[in-house]
This record gives sequence, structure tokens and C-alpha cells, in this order.
Amino acid sequence: MKPIANLVQQTPGQIESSWKPILECAAVEVFEMMAGVHLEPNPAPNEEPRGEQTAMVGMAGALCGMITLRCSQRASTKLAALMLGEDAASNTATANDALGELCNMVAGNFKAKINALKDQCMLSVPTVISGEDYALEAADPNEGVTVALTFDGELVWVCLIAHT
Amino acid sequence: MKKLKILIVDDSSVMRKIVERALRQAGLQLTEVLEASNGAEALAEVQKGALDMIFSDINMPVMDGLELLKQLAAVESAKGVPVVMITTEGSEARVVEALAAGAKAYLRKPFTPEQVKERVQPLLGG
Repeated sequence: MKPIANLVQQTPGQIESSWKPILECAAVEVFEMMAGVHLEPNPAPNEEPRGEQTAMVGMAGALCGMITLRCSQRASTKLAALMLGEDAASNTATANDALGELCNMVAGNFKAKINALKDQCMLSVPTVISGEDYALEAADPNEGVTVALTFDGELVWVCLIAHT
Repeated sequence: MKKLKILIVDDSSVMRKIVERALRQAGLQLTEVLEASNGAEALAEVQKGALDMIFSDINMPVMDGLELLKQLAAVESAKGVPVVMITTEGSEARVVEALAAGAKAYLRKPFTPEQVKERVQPLLGG
């Protein structure tokens, strides 16, 4: 399989600068269309991702890695309420599923914006981790891109971890 | 506007709710919304009686949306029932395959109620 750096004619060091705006755009579009919220850049962009809810979607094929979406439980519940209505969001499992679907759509929207990935990258079903005390170790070599965003006073982090 | 009995096929229950909500926000009058979590369950629902429209995901376990389309071609009660495919895939090949297999339209997630209306309205036949 071709390494992604060759596939998109980038050196690994360029992945962050090239793909970060695409990842941000993908997230902004999904949140706006599906939850009706406009994501803004976090004024503290280097703040470490935190929050009790992390949704993950694996990517395989031309790009191997994953996209994660992390936020607080409160933000997750708010998003679910916007997507499904207040009643549905009161169920924790439903709120988690909604976060997983948002992550899935961000991943799908991201790859749809890159011609080299459109037809050559598959997505896994989403997984949601509840809890903050974990460490994510991706296989080496890898590169990560993190986009820090905010809506309605809530923080959201979207990360792409690519096995290079 | 015509009142519709529809079937939503998706392995994610949340996604089924999202699709139903978007259809209602798009102004469709839904009298009955049936749900199935894969193509095989959908076929069983279709065989029970007349539907006005089917909305189906492509990637699903047990039986995916493309196989569902192929199987629907042989089901008498599905004749003339428009199928709208819903996918997260950016893959145009999959969309082309779905349209060739009989889907009447497709929606790519994420979508707005306006986009839903735009795709579904022409299929309602007045």
C-alpha cells in the first residue's frame, strides 16, 4: 500500500498544515448541518484535549488511522438534544450514539474532501469511550492533527491520527 | 402534501431517528415510520405491505444497502417504491452502483432538511 504521504504528494511534516483546515472544515459543516451549531476556533488552540466523552472512528486503506471527537458529557448531551430532541438526549446511551454518529460523519466528510481518499479509504463503525483517564497509543510511525473548537461555551476537539 | 408510510433502514438507531427528524423538518407528512437495522430486516418489512418510500444506509451488517436494492427488485410489494440511499461514504463509485441497482436518489451525510426536501420532493409524484 502506498504511504499516505506519497498518495497526497506531501511529506509527513506537511500533513498538519495541509489537512488541519480540511479537518476543521469537515467538523464545522457536520456540526452546522446536523446539530445547527456553529463551531468557532478555541481561543486557546493549544489546550490539551479533555472531556469525559471520546468518539472514535477508524480509517483503513489509503489512510490508516482514526478520527476522534472529544468533549465533556454536558457538551455531548447538548449536541444529542440538538440532533434528536431533549427527550432522546436524556438517555446516556443515545447521547453517546449521537456523538459516535457525529464523529462518523466528520470522518466521512473529511475523506470526501480529499480525492485520494474518497474511494480508497474505509471507515469503521464508531466507538465511544466514557471517562477521562486513558491514554491513546497509536502504532508508530504516526502523525496527529488536532483542531480545537468551541460552541456555546463548550469545548470540542477533533483529532486525526494517521499511521504514516 | 401526500401522507407517507416509510421505512428507514440503518444499523444505527440514532441515525434512524436523525433521518426521521430531518424528514419531518423537511415538511414531509409521515403517517407511519417503520424501522429496520439491516437489509434482511428491511425485506421482511417490505413483504408485510405497501410503503411509499424507503430510506436506506449503504454500509450495514447482515445485508448491506446495495444487496437490499438487488433483492427488492424481486419483491412484488416493492415495485414502484422509491428507494433513497443515505451514506457517509464519499465514494462516488458506491453511489453510482446504488443508482444503477435501482436507487432513485441518494443523500450524503451530513445533510440539511433542505437537502432532504430537494432530493425527496421529486419522488413524491405530486
